[in-house]
Amino acid sequence: MRQGKWFLNGLLAAGLGVMLSSAATGAMAQDEIKIGEINSYSLLPAFTEPYRKGWQLAVEEVNAKGGVNGKKLVVISKDDAGKPADAQTAANELVSKEGVAMLAGTFLSNIGLAVSDFAKQKKVFFLAAEPLTDAITWEKGNKYTFRLRPSNYMQAAMLVEEAAKLPAKKWATVAPNYEYGQSAVGVFKKLLSAKRPDIQWVEAQWPPLGKIDAGPVVQALAQANPDAILNVEFGGDLVKFVREGNTRGLFKNRAVVSFLTGEPEYLDALKDEAPTGWIVTGYPWYDIKTPEHAAFLKAYQDKYKDYPRLGSIVGYETIKAAAAILAKANSTDPEKLIAAAEGIKLPSPFGEITFRKIDHQSTLGAFVGKTAVKDGKGVMVDSVYRNGADYLPSDAEVEKLRPKS
Amino acid sequence: MAFYVVQFLTGLASAASLFLVASGLSIIFGVTRIVNFAHGAFYMLGAFVAYTLTERLSGALGFWGGILLASLAVAVFGVLIEMILLRRIYRSPELFQLLATFGLTLMIEDLVILIWGPDDLLGRRAPGLRGAVDFFGQQVPSYDLFLIVLSPIVLGILWLLFRRTRWGVLVRAATQDRDMVAALGVNQKWLFTSVFALGVFLAAFGGALRIPRDAANHAMDLSVIVDVFVVVVIGGLGSIIGAFVAAVLVSELNAFGILIFPKISIILVFLVMAVVLIVRPWGLFGKPEAPARKTPGLTVQPWRPLSANERVAMIGVLIVAAALPLFGGTYVLTVASEIAIFVIFAASLHFLMSVGGLASFGHAAYFGLGAYGVAFLAKMAGLPMIVCLLIGPLLGLLGAAVFGFFAVQLSGVYFAMLTLAFAQIVWSIAFQWVSVTGGDNGILGVWPAAWASGAAAFYWLSLGVAVLVVAALRAMTFSPFGYALRATRDSALRSEAIGIDNKRIQWTAFVIAGTAAGIGGALFAFLKGSVFPDNVGISLSVDALVMVLLGGVETISGAIVGAIVYKALNIWLVSHTDLSKLVLGAVIVLIVVAMPKGIVGMIETLQARRGRSTKSAMLASRVESAE
Amino acid sequence: MSAAPVLLVVEGLTKSYGGVHAVRDVSFSLSAGEILALIGPNGAGKSTCFNMLNGQVTPGGGRVRLLGRDTTGEKPRAVWRLGVGRTFQITATFPTMTVRENVQVALVSHHSRLFDMWSSAPKLARDEAERLLDLVGMNGYADRPCGELAYGDLKRLELAIALANQPKLLLMDEPTAGMAPRERVELMRLTARIAREQSIGVLFTEHDMDVVFEHADRILVLNRGSLIAEGVPEEVRRDPQVRAIYLGEGLVYDARHRDGAPA
Repeated sequence: MRQGKWFLNGLLAAGLGVMLSSAATGAMAQDEIKIGEINSYSLLPAFTEPYRKGWQLAVEEVNAKGGVNGKKLVVISKDDAGKPADAQTAANELVSKEGVAMLAGTFLSNIGLAVSDFAKQKKVFFLAAEPLTDAITWEKGNKYTFRLRPSNYMQAAMLVEEAAKLPAKKWATVAPNYEYGQSAVGVFKKLLSAKRPDIQWVEAQWPPLGKIDAGPVVQALAQANPDAILNVEFGGDLVKFVREGNTRGLFKNRAVVSFLTGEPEYLDALKDEAPTGWIVTGYPWYDIKTPEHAAFLKAYQDKYKDYPRLGSIVGYETIKAAAAILAKANSTDPEKLIAAAEGIKLPSPFGEITFRKIDHQSTLGAFVGKTAVKDGKGVMVDSVYRNGADYLPSDAEVEKLRPKS
Repeated sequence: MAFYVVQFLTGLASAASLFLVASGLSIIFGVTRIVNFAHGAFYMLGAFVAYTLTERLSGALGFWGGILLASLAVAVFGVLIEMILLRRIYRSPELFQLLATFGLTLMIEDLVILIWGPDDLLGRRAPGLRGAVDFFGQQVPSYDLFLIVLSPIVLGILWLLFRRTRWGVLVRAATQDRDMVAALGVNQKWLFTSVFALGVFLAAFGGALRIPRDAANHAMDLSVIVDVFVVVVIGGLGSIIGAFVAAVLVSELNAFGILIFPKISIILVFLVMAVVLIVRPWGLFGKPEAPARKTPGLTVQPWRPLSANERVAMIGVLIVAAALPLFGGTYVLTVASEIAIFVIFAASLHFLMSVGGLASFGHAAYFGLGAYGVAFLAKMAGLPMIVCLLIGPLLGLLGAAVFGFFAVQLSGVYFAMLTLAFAQIVWSIAFQWVSVTGGDNGILGVWPAAWASGAAAFYWLSLGVAVLVVAALRAMTFSPFGYALRATRDSALRSEAIGIDNKRIQWTAFVIAGTAAGIGGALFAFLKGSVFPDNVGISLSVDALVMVLLGGVETISGAIVGAIVYKALNIWLVSHTDLSKLVLGAVIVLIVVAMPKGIVGMIETLQARRGRSTKSAMLASRVESAE
Repeated sequence: MSAAPVLLVVEGLTKSYGGVHAVRDVSFSLSAGEILALIGPNGAGKSTCFNMLNGQVTPGGGRVRLLGRDTTGEKPRAVWRLGVGRTFQITATFPTMTVRENVQVALVSHHSRLFDMWSSAPKLARDEAERLLDLVGMNGYADRPCGELAYGDLKRLELAIALANQPKLLLMDEPTAGMAPRERVELMRLTARIAREQSIGVLFTEHDMDVVFEHADRILVLNRGSLIAEGVPEEVRRDPQVRAIYLGEGLVYDARHRDGAPA
């Protein structure tokens, strides 16, 4: 027992030593400007690896052009292991120990929200990269948080525009049973029913996230005999759903509208079994002919000998946006960063975007098209870029959604 | 009508893969008593190896050969693991093997990413079984039919193996009483190894057979392991028929359940398990667990309160800890607060496990309930922080009182699984009841009041509460109640025979531990400023178990050291490397092998050995004379 | 003996497992200060009978009256509270406690302080525990870990635990099983002395006939679940039926080297 206590004592001392010594190195160098970046690297490597490559490319480009107002841009990146609590620990470390000028990153909605709440509490600027939840800019929005990727609402609005043109009257939905799935279905239903009051919702399946038992789900959907299906499944669940659906003929003579499925992250996993004719949002990197994108694509492929995923774009643009905001503010004071970020206009591989003053949402859009199989691979065809700015509710509605602070 | 038949067949097909993996787990547990947490990892490895092989080998023969080869290869890997790692720890305290296999799972997860890359891998469809069979207008995938036929065949082969071979007879005998088999002169080592190989083979086979349905992915292991545990427990540990029936039961209930309640899947298996265990405490086909025989030589030194010197040392440590804000920055203090909170959490579980002998696999439920209690009070009722901290943990108390009542009716692994089921039910509610709990997005903005918002103030608060809780638990350990609780653990027979109401004592202990965990959760909510469903999740429950086992379950203060080491290591690793799981897993495995009694247990043993080398010789002679 | 109050009355006790009668219509009674032995060959139903008396097994039929109260089907802890101490065939003690603590737990329970969460148990009823250990000759072992004790010492410790609630009746299932011959005699002499001094009724099962015939006031003989003989040792020794059962085993007269095999 006594030994135990001394051991404990020694351990504490050793721990302290490590922390203190590393705290000392955390002092800010004068010619650097630091961004703290957090993402679920160990939990979701398939999404975060391309994302990391994207932002690393951006850091290189920024520094090659002289950095941020002459200072070298440094990104300190931390893993959050997919847990909100760990993300906050990381955010705390970045802010209090590393002294970063701002926080950026995150993929999962709940982690984005946790860091956003941390940012609000500690008064730190936070640029959320990938989380989709509408809450981060609306119901739980705060003045310190900005978000880059087109939100759940925006993607739903883009898809509804296409869905409303379909003759289908009877709709079924399938979505993972958690906040994202529920709100994606919720927004989609609300917007589509508003445009097409004649539509009936005949079936809803809610398999658990990551654990879909696809056979029974597909059977249950088929049994309802809908004209069209809204799908929010993604990742491994999507693969099972598509395979099972193909085998059982669920998608035969039915329209399918699907969130995110056109993103290479999800579509590529399906190889030649990718569904055809689904209306999806996504990123057809092979099909975008604008000069901005061509430049990005070339730089990316030259550096990594790999093609970009949507995560690459988001990672790249997150750091580009952060650098632009830091440069415009010419300060690391959070209030000045907010002032600089609100309404800032900057280029992106998808064209010019802006961060809206009203809700801090960027106007980065997405591509809407149809899935097809080409050369044994799933691709998006007939895709059109939809500017995010056109798929957001009116300012008056946004005012109502966002808390006054 | 055709629809219901097809839905039934679909359920059977789902049951098939569940059964394959579950039967392996059941066999391994039945004989070796190892709660093989790595079973899911072997399943995942089976899928990845099968992917690689079936992509390389061509034709139908290549495909099926690849599936079999992959399963065999993983089984060989399993044998190596068993020989190198598990053999060293069969004699360790119960559940210590769980810790080892947990460490292994962490390592395998990162290794799979290193070897196969981060992407999901979509393998080939089974040759000749790509299509579907028309059944009165409904499509039944031919691969489903294959699975439906396969699983009874596997069941039959296993049955023959266990009934008709000498090996099988020995395995069954070992399932009943492994000491007896050892006494009969059977080479227990190789019996265990072969059983482990068969179990791993079945897991890998189950994984490999997912290739035509599923992409091989990195979440496979954890997504299957809990379900499989549940199936094994519903069926009755060690019963293969039970595993089969339970797999069918769960899958069919799911297949038809989603027609009426589309959101039921997430919680269904746990509901079924909770009901089955309450009605049939040993599962559908299980038999009451033979009381574990205490291995000679493992008996514990009786615990004693701190001596005067130790008290001084303790106070010294506390003074050092309290002085931390003098030289630590905000980050260090926040991390230290988090560690203090986890000390509370681990100590509460440790009280239940070490004093009460009740290993809860769902202790996070009460931690999380405490956190949600605080969040509700702070956000909805707008109460001040102190009030929230005082009342919030009562939600943990309430949960523990309700669930504990049922849980303490069981013991051993069944107790563990019922607590797990309850925790999962709480988790599903937190996860799904979006209008109240915010679902996955949690409840935000639960920040401490101004007086406690500084890092130092919050650290002192956490440290103070941790000291109080640990001291209270320690006092209880040495109180008449603590002795009564230990009595129920040491000998249920004797304690009932001296007038102790075992269940009531255990229930009370459960409520105390749940409340203490709730206090930890309440502080945690304020530390993080938010509450999420993963505060109730399985991984947090597992973390707590690991902390307790790491520190040493047969000690009084093991949880404190375990929590500090594990949490500090975890935070440091997550911050410094993307391969935190690989390193953490390796450290856990090393500790398991090097210190089979946990860190504190090891120190105590060393200390005892130094002081008593003469005594033990005397003891040995006494034991001889008694026999 | 007839003046002593009757402690235990058993009437028509019956138990069967899956159609097999383990105990069939057993009746007897036991008075204060009396030492009663229950003997019979392996599988005769001794242990089942015993376990029904203190409530570990619920009787299939019949009545058990303890101290004038019907306790049929009551739980062991309730039976204990009436003043019945019990030792087990295979010792049941608390291996992670010291010898003294083992007794202290029983005393704490006897004093109804089980839910006391703040006192220090090692300080409670220390003297009382020491006295009990003294009584069974374990005073030198008080601070020894119970898990280290030799088997014979465990048996004595069990006796001390069983005496903690100042019992009026002791139920001892093979009290000397697994002990060395010399220890057996010592333990039974000790038990008999305590029983006589404190006027405790003792019911014990035993394989060692030396022990039985030396200490028992009366003997019950059980075979295949039924009581086939009852009486003072001399009567039982001469009983032809008993002789038939034990014929060939030679146990009735000289049991020297048989170790307690499970019943």
